[in-house]
Amino acid sequence: MTVAPPRAAGATDPAAAILVEKLSLWYGDFQALFDVDLRVRAGAITSLIGPSGCGKTTLLRSVNRINERLAYVRTSGSIRLWGLDIYDPAVELAQLRKQVGMVFQRPNPLPLSVRDNVLFGTRVHVPDGRAPARAVADRIVEEALREVLLWDELKDALDRPGTQLSLEQQQKLCIARLLPVKPRLLLMDEPCSALDPAGTEAVEELIWKLRGDYTILIVTHNMAQARRASEECVFMLLGEMIEHSDTASMFLNPANEQTAAYIEGRYG
Amino acid sequence: MNAAADRRDLSWWVDKVAQILVLAGGLSAIVFIVGIFLFIGREGAGFIFEGFSLREFLLSPRWTPTSNHNPTFGALALIAGTASVTGLAMVVAVPFSLGAAIYIGEFATGRGRETLKVLVELLAAIPSVVWGFVGLSIMNPLIVRVFDAPVGLNVLNSGIILGLMAAPIMTTIAEDALKAVPDTYREAAEAMGATRWQVILKVVLPAGRNGLVAATLLGVGRGFGETMAVLMASGHAVNLPTSPFDAVRALTATIAAELGETAEGSEHWQALFTLGIFLFLVTFTINFLADVFVRGGLPGRRRRGRRPVASANP
Ligand SMILES: Nc1ncnc2c1ncn2[C@@H]1O[C@H](COP(=O)(O)OP(=O)(O)O)[C@@H](O)[C@H]1O
Ligand SMILES: [Mg+2]
Repeated sequence: MTVAPPRAAGATDPAAAILVEKLSLWYGDFQALFDVDLRVRAGAITSLIGPSGCGKTTLLRSVNRINERLAYVRTSGSIRLWGLDIYDPAVELAQLRKQVGMVFQRPNPLPLSVRDNVLFGTRVHVPDGRAPARAVADRIVEEALREVLLWDELKDALDRPGTQLSLEQQQKLCIARLLPVKPRLLLMDEPCSALDPAGTEAVEELIWKLRGDYTILIVTHNMAQARRASEECVFMLLGEMIEHSDTASMFLNPANEQTAAYIEGRYG
Repeated sequence: MNAAADRRDLSWWVDKVAQILVLAGGLSAIVFIVGIFLFIGREGAGFIFEGFSLREFLLSPRWTPTSNHNPTFGALALIAGTASVTGLAMVVAVPFSLGAAIYIGEFATGRGRETLKVLVELLAAIPSVVWGFVGLSIMNPLIVRVFDAPVGLNVLNSGIILGLMAAPIMTTIAEDALKAVPDTYREAAEAMGATRWQVILKVVLPAGRNGLVAATLLGVGRGFGETMAVLMASGHAVNLPTSPFDAVRALTATIAAELGETAEGSEHWQALFTLGIFLFLVTFTINFLADVFVRGGLPGRRRRGRRPVASANP
């Protein structure tokens, strides 16, 4: 059923940032993913679409292994990031999650100041046991907030709790706090679904701006968003990967009938 | 007409009576509080308005109410006794209860967790006289042996006992505070690569800070109000303590030990009630503060709601 992903036109063969092979996942007795194969091109934005409950979030949460917070989750199959098997016992979760930033469906800034939210990553991943000096920290905060277009709004409110910002600002802050530890991959789970149209547009614009610097895998419920904001597109249904192609061709002439049906809005 | 609403059948009466009983139950809490305060206020009033010197009461360590020619009513030593025992108790109880709450709330799962919670509640149900007994018969010789002290009934003994007594309730409240921290915070921090301890130290404890302060305050309140165990383990000697090995006497223990042997209405009697008023005010204040913290911090210091930061003008 799976359609081979296309070669990106003109580019040299890009390394696979994520290579998922035969991934199955169970929540207790309930199987949520069935032998999913997926290859995500490094440096591109890949969107993950499909009806509610088809396993998009589950797949995304497998990539940084945050699924394992739930004791009853079981997985089989493999996931490689730049060739590295994330289920290898030698892999340190902290290191894995430093490389793989995640943006959640509901903005979830930590109950700390804006500044401490941005610096949280650097404090968790202290290379030589010391947090960065004040001046360095200031620069990190400014750079990250500039990157997400929040600096001008928040430069005088760095001590405000992150949880008191508007939802749009919160979500941008949640993206900003990933950047200082320089992740290679960003996982985004319907990052705009809690936002109003203006907020959605602003965050989408931001995601587009991050393209190239980061490999981005973004779950979206919103066809138009997938179309606007991604280069490749993956369609899932009932825990299976149905189709993967570049976004333009998936929306122009989907290879799979179910994909076509979904894109035309015949599923919920 | 709507006959149904007016029909005074059995269920109407049951309804009315239940309503009145519930209301009475609710009002009785207020009535009791006010009544108790009026009662101890009245009993202590004579002393307060006549021979009373607030200065002597608060600043003199001389509590000699039974002296024939010159009775003095300085409560400083008693206040210091209660405060030193309670202070040491908190030194014992805070790490214990915080550790237990963190373990129960953040690490233990399933059966182990439920078992621990039940055990903690059982611990809270041990009568204080039993703790006093532990202080007398176990801690006392132990302190004499380990520290080579002449007697083992002192601040150290009663502080440890009181700490163990206060720890269970503090654990329960602290655990509630940790449980109230939304799991999304933990998830967010873990997704950024924080280890479990980093999540606890950098996110959960700061987020649950108010509840943890409240837990400590309630422990302090418990310490101030505890009588029997302190009476049995502290040595019960009026004394301004300078070391953990000094015997002291607590406010509560003084009232408990002396009231029965005092002539009703005498100056001594009234002075004891004045101690009661003082205790009442202190514990009332502490509980009030704890309540404020449980509700989310001192009013005005923290703004609630989600007001967005205004965008800077372009
Ligand atoms: N924590 C969980 N426990 C049990 N079942 C879950 C859990 N999370 C998701 N599921 C189930 O797994 C399936 C896939 O869910 P999810 O990955 O959230 O779908 P999507 O993100 O595509 O809407 C759904 O049927 C959902 O009910
Ligand atoms: Mg989802």
